[in-house]
Amino acid sequence: MSDSSLRLVWIYPDLLSTYGDRGNALVVERRARQRGLNVQRVDVRSDQPVPTSGDIYLIGGGEDRPQRLAAERLRQDSGLPRAVDNGAIVFSVCAGYQILGHEFINDLGQREPGLGLLDVWSTRGEGARNVGDVLAEPDQRLALPTLTGFENHQGVTHLGQGVAPLAHVTAGGGNGDGTGTEGAWRDTVFGTYLHGPVMARNPAVADLLIKLALDVNALPPADTTWYDALRTERIASTSRQPA
Amino acid sequence: MPGTGSEAAATGARDSSLPARSKLAVTAGKVAAAASRSVGRGSGSVIGGKVALRLDPDLLARLADHLDVVLVSATNGKTTTTRLIAEALRAAGPVVSNALGANMPAGITSALAGGSDARYGVIEVDEKYLANVARDTHPKAIALLNLSRDQLDRAAETRMLAEKWREGLQGTDAVIIANADDPLVTWAASSCQRVVWVAAGQAWKEDAWSCPSCGGVMQRPGDDWYCQECGFRRPQPHWALQGGHVIDPNGAAWPIHLQLPGRANLANATSSAAVAAVFGVPPQTALERMQSVTAVAGRYDVVNYQGRDVRLLLAKNPAGWLETFSLIDGPPAPVILSVNALDADGTDTSWLWDVDYERLHGHPVFVMGQRRLDLAVRLEVAGLQFHVVETLEEAVRMAPPGRIEAIANYTAFQQLRKAVAGS
Repeated sequence: MSDSSLRLVWIYPDLLSTYGDRGNALVVERRARQRGLNVQRVDVRSDQPVPTSGDIYLIGGGEDRPQRLAAERLRQDSGLPRAVDNGAIVFSVCAGYQILGHEFINDLGQREPGLGLLDVWSTRGEGARNVGDVLAEPDQRLALPTLTGFENHQGVTHLGQGVAPLAHVTAGGGNGDGTGTEGAWRDTVFGTYLHGPVMARNPAVADLLIKLALDVNALPPADTTWYDALRTERIASTSRQPA
Repeated sequence: MPGTGSEAAATGARDSSLPARSKLAVTAGKVAAAASRSVGRGSGSVIGGKVALRLDPDLLARLADHLDVVLVSATNGKTTTTRLIAEALRAAGPVVSNALGANMPAGITSALAGGSDARYGVIEVDEKYLANVARDTHPKAIALLNLSRDQLDRAAETRMLAEKWREGLQGTDAVIIANADDPLVTWAASSCQRVVWVAAGQAWKEDAWSCPSCGGVMQRPGDDWYCQECGFRRPQPHWALQGGHVIDPNGAAWPIHLQLPGRANLANATSSAAVAAVFGVPPQTALERMQSVTAVAGRYDVVNYQGRDVRLLLAKNPAGWLETFSLIDGPPAPVILSVNALDADGTDTSWLWDVDYERLHGHPVFVMGQRRLDLAVRLEVAGLQFHVVETLEEAVRMAPPGRIEAIANYTAFQQLRKAVAGS
């Protein structure tokens, strides 16, 4: 990428934008602009090719049928895997997270192949749906503060050797595989079950993606007053709830 | 009487023909409702209906048997449209209606039990219960206005609701009055025999980018829409909203004069005129009668609070907020936003990011409610100036001159109503 510009690609808002996922794009865009970056945001509809030249790719949550349609269309399109090969950053949420794995259970109850960009696979949980606020302590290597978010999923995601957990839950279900993990990551590819949207609740995650894209260790400061107030309130009220 | 405010004589023509078990159930329900009211627990219509239905599970069907029934369902606008249709049909005879928005089977039963002299039953129905209530009440007409995302942490997925409607209404004898501009509603209605299509418009499009029938990507040039893959497309409308006019099936244009504000209510009036026509009430008469409707369950009510005019507006989901932004006074009118995330609101606030708060640029904005900090982050990212406040009183005190627009989601709206009533 050139020094002062950032190309942000939002994949399939027509299918995977059910839970305020636009917020993740808006927060990344806002926080990059606050650092003086020239942001070009490209929203890719599911009948359009995924560009390979993006710096950051976002892929969001959706209902079961749109998730299957998105997986079908992304498998036909080599854009995202090629971008990852080129070192692009990918951040995926919920249905999008499952699509990045090897497979998930689709709306017809069948095993649907994913893109295999993360070494994870998802099954359908037997128990109650995971719905509610989540707190999780992120992988220390990412140097992120406590994650807060809202989850709403039936799926259970199992992690292979090729990924690390993004975080460990202290409240809520997370991956739901019985290990207390939440999300997964390797190199520049991330997945999480957290809505909220996750960037609005955790602006440090947006900053992390921008740092990775710029290949820098630090960014100029940008105001986080309201994010901090929201985080404090959410962390306090979630801690009070039984996990 | 519970939920209706109307007087119902126990000796009414309808009641005398009910079986003894049903009469007993009606009476027991009224007693339960009165007991609930007397301890200050609202109108008592829901508890009354529950008691009555437990004593006679067929009571709803029996009560409806004596009525020409219209059902009204949608994500947004069903309470207002129910009210507009009720006013229009009063031109043809007495109406009973669940005017206060108790829209599940118990509340509906309670409302109908209170209208023994009525000829028409105009019933708002929760989206999830439409198929069941339609089966029980044998409606003459069903109005389907719109479907969009709403409380996804607890409600069914939007397309699943459309599918439920489609399956539940297949084979109904009712005339379906359906919004041709909403692909999900169109898909739900298109398996029915008798459909009156209304071009009522739909500002919110984000829940219908994929074809409800085949999943293909929807093409939406201008007001039209179609699926390139399976050919599912917008039907030719019989009725239309055009400017401030209802265009009837003969092409005649009838001006809409409402006291209710906004494009969405013009759409509601258009659908209501189409429903009224099914019962022989001509558009001119129907529209004239709708003019008498002012606030509906406190919505759109302009109240005086602390010496200021405050208009109370309810917006429960992204589509509702979009319609609400289009009707508020322009800048520099002060705007108060209040958002809660209690169970009745949905506990996930992610939807705030589907709403274009950027549209409030230029308004002095005050943010309150249980989830004011979620709103604060949303507005900061939208680049707006705003003040976070604790109470309505504080917001109103700080607001610059002019009528104040107060927009709130469900329980936040109830709290605003209480706050202004207590002043």
